[in-house]
Amino acid sequence: MTTLALTGSPLWYASRASGTLALVLLTATVVLGIASGGRAAPRRIGRFEIGLLHRDLSLLTLVFLAVHVVTAVLDPFVHLGWAVSVVPFGASYRPLWLGLGTAALDLLLAVLLTSALRLRLGVRRWKAVHWLAYAAWPLALFHGVGTGTDTRLPLQLWLYAGCLASVVGAVWWRLAKAGPGRVTGRLVAAMAATAVPVVLSAFLAGGPLQPGWAQRAATTAALLGGGR
Amino acid sequence: MTRTRTLRIDRITCTGRGLCAELLPELIDLDEWGYPVLKDRAVPDHLRTHARRAVAACPRLALHADRGRP
Repeated sequence: MTTLALTGSPLWYASRASGTLALVLLTATVVLGIASGGRAAPRRIGRFEIGLLHRDLSLLTLVFLAVHVVTAVLDPFVHLGWAVSVVPFGASYRPLWLGLGTAALDLLLAVLLTSALRLRLGVRRWKAVHWLAYAAWPLALFHGVGTGTDTRLPLQLWLYAGCLASVVGAVWWRLAKAGPGRVTGRLVAAMAATAVPVVLSAFLAGGPLQPGWAQRAATTAALLGGGR
Repeated sequence: MTRTRTLRIDRITCTGRGLCAELLPELIDLDEWGYPVLKDRAVPDHLRTHARRAVAACPRLALHADRGRP
């Protein structure tokens, strides 16, 4: 008889796995969105194929996100309640780090809804909401790094690094291929693409990779580095 | 009652991405700068699904399939 050291419920494992997969899929969706929005056209495949892949990956992201949220709420280790899945920063357990994930989910739901209705809304209103996806991705990343059970695993850290490198690389690639004009927006994009890795590295070094993070993460003050 | 559809391109919004011509080459050509040129505005019945996909694929939402005849 083999004894598997499965500590914790299967729901907890399902939640961790689906959360990580959702982050990878969201990263792929964002990378495709960034890469296909510029002037550069793919050589081997059609632009419409990139568009359909972007749509399908985003829907798959939401499927895994739904599994992630449902399993996390049902997991008996912490009693979260269903309100946590839509109301950010109200959780009894790690309110800040769960709240980032909830906020990302809310933003993605807004993007989903407006994309489904985009032919009625018109391009300006649809695009205005669609930009929120750029906010949802770092929120999801910091949610994973801040409260992810597996954050300390080297493999998980490499995965976060891969996600980060993909999106930052896509931003720089698009900026490099871009034509003239729209200087302000591109400066903001370049600054954000530089700032997110720096902030994430500093946060990782000062927070989750230090001993005692499990206790400090429980308080909001951990963001300021003052939590004990 | 026929449910004929008529293609219309919003020239202000269109940025010449060319997805419509990839999905509906029967009715849409691209000019030398990549902007769509309608070969025929009326959508025949057998192309209605393809026309709907082309409308949905436009990243600028500049292609419309209006009800009624041209």
